[in-house]
Amino acid sequence: MLKILKYSFFDLVRSRWSYVYFLFYLLLSSVLLFLNNDLSNTIITLLNVVIVLVPLIGTIFGVMYYYDSQEFTELLLAQPIKRQSIFLGQFLGVATSLSLSVLLGLGIPFALYGLFESNVIFDFLILIAVAVFLSFIFSALAFNIALSNTNKIKGFGYAILLWLFLAVIYDGAFLIALIYFQDYPLDQFTLVATLFNPIDLSRILILLKLDISALLGYTGAIFKDFFGTLTGSLVSLGVLALWVVFPLWRMLHVAKKKDF
Amino acid sequence: MKLYLFIFCFAVTLLNGYSQNRTIEVCANNCEFSSIQKAVDAAKSGDSIFIKKGVYKEHDIFINKKSLHLFGEEGSIVDIDNKGYGIKVEASDFSIASLTIKNVEVSYTSDYAAIYLYRCNNFKLKNITLKKAFFGFLIEKSKHGIVENNNISGVGKSEASSGNAIHLWDSKELIVRQNKVYNMRDGIYIEFGSNNVFENNFSHDNMRYGLHFMFSNDNRYSYNTFQNNSAGVAVMFSKRIQMNNNVFKKNWGTASYGLLLKEISDGEIYHNTFENNTTGITADGSTRITYRENDFINNGYAVKFVGGSYQNNFSRNNFLYNNFDLSYSGGLNDNSFDKNYWSDYTGYDLDKDGYGDVPYRPVKLFSYLVNETPESIILLRSLFIDIINFSEKVTPVFTPKNLTDQQPLMREVQW
Repeated sequence: MLKILKYSFFDLVRSRWSYVYFLFYLLLSSVLLFLNNDLSNTIITLLNVVIVLVPLIGTIFGVMYYYDSQEFTELLLAQPIKRQSIFLGQFLGVATSLSLSVLLGLGIPFALYGLFESNVIFDFLILIAVAVFLSFIFSALAFNIALSNTNKIKGFGYAILLWLFLAVIYDGAFLIALIYFQDYPLDQFTLVATLFNPIDLSRILILLKLDISALLGYTGAIFKDFFGTLTGSLVSLGVLALWVVFPLWRMLHVAKKKDF
Repeated sequence: MKLYLFIFCFAVTLLNGYSQNRTIEVCANNCEFSSIQKAVDAAKSGDSIFIKKGVYKEHDIFINKKSLHLFGEEGSIVDIDNKGYGIKVEASDFSIASLTIKNVEVSYTSDYAAIYLYRCNNFKLKNITLKKAFFGFLIEKSKHGIVENNNISGVGKSEASSGNAIHLWDSKELIVRQNKVYNMRDGIYIEFGSNNVFENNFSHDNMRYGLHFMFSNDNRYSYNTFQNNSAGVAVMFSKRIQMNNNVFKKNWGTASYGLLLKEISDGEIYHNTFENNTTGITADGSTRITYRENDFINNGYAVKFVGGSYQNNFSRNNFLYNNFDLSYSGGLNDNSFDKNYWSDYTGYDLDKDGYGDVPYRPVKLFSYLVNETPESIILLRSLFIDIINFSEKVTPVFTPKNLTDQQPLMREVQW
């Protein structure tokens, strides 16, 4: 598995898209830091970009990579290698290279700017952790979609639909539910509903750490009460981890049975 | 010759009269007086009492109907030692200056103060430092005083166990200026007072309000800074308050405001700066207020209209980079928002008259939704919210239709 991981990883690291992705983040965060002069504000703006873009790139890139390397995968399948290690290796290759692009792209400008002496380092670490988690989650989901659809067009369609659902439509449905049931106590409901969407969960995790959380009023206070505790942090990390583990398990399960 | 004689006699009587005003020295040892109270008892109206360096463990020093001038050397400290009031005065034409008073008793039943004035006229409190104050200055039924250049701080942990730094009750025509008040409940509190002026004060880190008006008409506050209080200023049940050139900043927290207006009318708010507050101004039942040439910078909400507000007029204000410029509930009620500068405005000005050609809508759909369903704030900074805000901007459906700025300014207002 490690060999395949290494191969996929270096294959991707050498590819143009990784560089573009890395340079994009590098440019974005340097420009933001240069214009904003304030680490905390920059983190808020980056949060907006990260929670939209990382999932989108993760899904598209994951699907693209799978379809691109289909022939090579089939070649590997002919070799006496476990299917599990082939797919897991490929997935980890994609996910780590994406994460590395984000990590370096965001990290280098911040480090140069003097992040380590500032007090927002913890907020920044959460931003990075969330970005890495989102890369893993959405490339796992992308591999699932690609495995289940041999038709490339269909695969891409589903991938975009999935991203659209989690990034936009889910929040819309959530909002409609909130307005429709506004006469009822909704605190627990909002808490549970955010746990079910990795993008919402990431957004809330970062927002709560920043000054802007004061805007959330008493709803925010409930969230802070929950996420501020050890159980809350463990639950939210656990949920993010589940979002990685469950799609992975399904991917391996499908890959094992699939007739190539 | 007669005239010279007259002048000479006049001068002699004047000097005589003046020389009757003694200066009594108080010091810790080797003096005529070692207690301030005894010196006060011995002094006549018009005398001065000079308190020399040292710590005086005294409390409830009472000045009764004598026009005295108490002043201290550097390092003269009155230590109340948690036993009630510091200095109580019922007199006119007196002053207290350059003293340090500390350790006022904390009580849940009495308003113990470092200096308590009752029915005083023409007085001056100047250069006084209060430490560990419960109440600082408690001024009741007094007129024509100056409270200047004092430094008042407390150590209270909760609103119930702390008092106000400068507390005015039923007092008129006082000038309160250049004071620093911090770590108290309210920085400055005024109830049933009129024609008072508050200038150049710095009120910060107070548990409740930086400055608090109750039932007090015709007052003015200007050039003050209110920082990091639970709410900068609260103006309640008062009429004709003038508020200008103040800075409200960093009043940040889940229930914090820069300026809270509650049931007030006919005020003027101009040339103020509201920066980094959770809510810049909350207006609840405020009527006929003019807001002009204020800066709202980086607030969560710049202005929040809670309800029952009529005929308010916003013009030539700068709304810069706030999360929400305006949150509004209820009908328009003759409030107008024309001719302001909004940093979020994206329109154009083809005829180059300085006003945007497309009206600006200060209420975003999201701030409207949050008003209706407070829980929906949890979707703050979600992509979906950006999308619906944009579509609402293009074709307004939910937000109040006529709540617009018909002539948004293209450039920031310089005032």
